[in-house]
Amino acid sequence: MSKLEIKDLQVTVDTEDGPKQILKGVTLTINDGETHAIMGPNGSGKSTLAYSIAGHPKYTITGGTVTLDGEDVLAMTVDERARAGMFLAMQYPVEVPGVSVSNFLRTAKTAIDGEAPKLRTWVKDVNAALEQLNLDPTFGTRNVNEGFSGGEKKRHEIAQLELLNPKVAILDETDSGLDIDALRVVSDGVNRFRAQEGKGVLLITHYTRILRYITPDFVHVFVDGRIAEQGGPELADQLEAEGYDKYTSALR
Amino acid sequence: MTVTDSVRSALEVDKVESHLHPAGSFDVADHVVPTGREEIWRFTPLKRLKGLHADAEFQPSATACTWNTPAGVRVEGVDGDEARALRGVSGLVPNTRFAARVLAEVPSTLLVDVPADADVTEPVVVELTGEDAGVTEAGHVVLRFGRHSRATVVLNHTGHASMAQVVEVVVGDGAQASVISLQDWEDDAVHLTHHQTLVGRDATYKHVAVSFGGDVVRMDANVTYDGPGGSAELLGLYFADAGQHIEHRLFADHDAPRTKSNVMYKGALQGQGAHTVWIGNVLIRKVAEGIETYEENRNLVLSDGCHADSVPNLEIETGEIEGAGHASATARFDDEQLFYLRARGIDDKEARRLVVHGFFNDLIRKIGVPSIEDRLMSTVEAELAKNVLKDL
Ligand SMILES: Nc1ncnc2c1ncn2[C@@H]1O[C@H](COP(=O)(O)OP(=O)(O)OP(=O)(O)O)[C@@H](O)[C@H]1O
Ligand SMILES: [Mg+2]
Repeated sequence: MSKLEIKDLQVTVDTEDGPKQILKGVTLTINDGETHAIMGPNGSGKSTLAYSIAGHPKYTITGGTVTLDGEDVLAMTVDERARAGMFLAMQYPVEVPGVSVSNFLRTAKTAIDGEAPKLRTWVKDVNAALEQLNLDPTFGTRNVNEGFSGGEKKRHEIAQLELLNPKVAILDETDSGLDIDALRVVSDGVNRFRAQEGKGVLLITHYTRILRYITPDFVHVFVDGRIAEQGGPELADQLEAEGYDKYTSALR
Repeated sequence: MTVTDSVRSALEVDKVESHLHPAGSFDVADHVVPTGREEIWRFTPLKRLKGLHADAEFQPSATACTWNTPAGVRVEGVDGDEARALRGVSGLVPNTRFAARVLAEVPSTLLVDVPADADVTEPVVVELTGEDAGVTEAGHVVLRFGRHSRATVVLNHTGHASMAQVVEVVVGDGAQASVISLQDWEDDAVHLTHHQTLVGRDATYKHVAVSFGGDVVRMDANVTYDGPGGSAELLGLYFADAGQHIEHRLFADHDAPRTKSNVMYKGALQGQGAHTVWIGNVLIRKVAEGIETYEENRNLVLSDGCHADSVPNLEIETGEIEGAGHASATARFDDEQLFYLRARGIDDKEARRLVVHGFFNDLIRKIGVPSIEDRLMSTVEAELAKNVLKDL
């Protein structure tokens, strides 16, 4: 089971001029096994939504609820959220100097499972995950995200998705900056994850091209901190043809 | 970089004294007792030095000294004429009262002598185990690496001591020498030490300073060159807890052409009153054409109430250099790094542990002696367990 329910979520960030409201009441339910896409213009608050659900300290929740299978996500610490089954593939993955990918992956896996993975199968699993994402086997010895190309960072995020195997994955622009081959490799990874029973996906993107590989059940148009419209996959094509004008002009 | 007229005229002579470094002398009377206002003493808590910087009596040593003797290496305490001949063997002319006093007063010298062409794989490990911090004492150590030899010497300082020390290192032409000095003292120790190295022509020298324990540890580590082509890598790692003062002052004196210095010091601080000082002086003399130098100091502040001073100084007296640069940074935990790790389920404590390990990891892996690398990893672990992770 994996049901992520976001109700009337309101979020501010601290600025020099005091708190600024970014999310203005977001309501969205991802039922067991569903994939939802969120599309919206720059600065509309998509990453804010993703980070707020993951618990980034920069954001202050001023209203609303987020639950995973009925459990209060907002009451959990960042790491508790991950252990409860949330995963965020970040738009800008962070460098961690001196910490190798293999050490990082093993530490994360141990934390998520509550016990260290069996060494033999684990090494095999890691190598397989890296290989499936077209990452060199020596990747494990490199420091986390240090000197990775943009595409390598994104593929590394999806390798983590597959190895940690959460209940719900939020993918924040995992497709941007990828060439066509990398896009396919990443999409295949997400689809392998989705093919399992009951996994939820919230896919944030600017482009419809990834939706040709990962077909969403629902598409939401995100404008100015809230969902302005929702529909099926056809809504993405309409956005591609018409842009966000009709939603943003309503604000002016 | 401005070059003053007085310095400019001094450039004509072969050896100039940088204005960062007062002229040296073997005569104790030439060195007044520091007051703490001097540039080279202004960071050091003189009151806690038990008079080692001034006139504390050098008593019979309360520090046990043991060592292993790999085949072909001579390790011995020497005295009399032989010891006297070793004082200043590295070209050291003391620029501090304590160093002048050590050379004037110590009756004997611990000598590690690696003959020319010897290739010694097993490190020479000298254990200096202090038994009484109430005894103020002095020590002189000479590490001599013959021409084209290759060897590693470890000085491991542990226990309780109040010690003024001079370590002189002579690296022969073409030799490959590593000197690792561990300051892993108990909390009551006071250690004032001056390491002076003369790097031979085309020689490769690695100096590693690791300071974890002690009430006050101050190391002056200086390098000069005995000919062109010498290369020095000066690495340092320190970890200051509440109330500790740990000070490293480096001086790479490029007095020969095509020489290299590469300085990398990393430190962590935790607890009320933890204080670290890093001074990185590099002087590129007029004769030192085509040299390369880079120095870097990074500090990670793990809790409130600590203070890291970090001062790189680069004096350039010739325009003909290959490269010169420095970097210095002092930072707290990076929230984005911690968030990234925690978003993968890793709890706060473990995330901090990973970040600190990562911070030191690259440096530790450069030491090149696996047993010490492993030991340092566990020491970092133990330091973290002591304080920063305890309250989380
Ligand atoms: N510290 C801050 N001070 C002021 N405004 C901020 C701050 N942090 C974020 N914002 C604003 O919050 C808004 C939402 O940012 P967010 O990153 O969520 O947008 P996004 O939809 O993900 O955009 P993109 O498509 O470019 O990734 C932006 O207008 C941004 O400028
Ligand atoms: Mg964004």
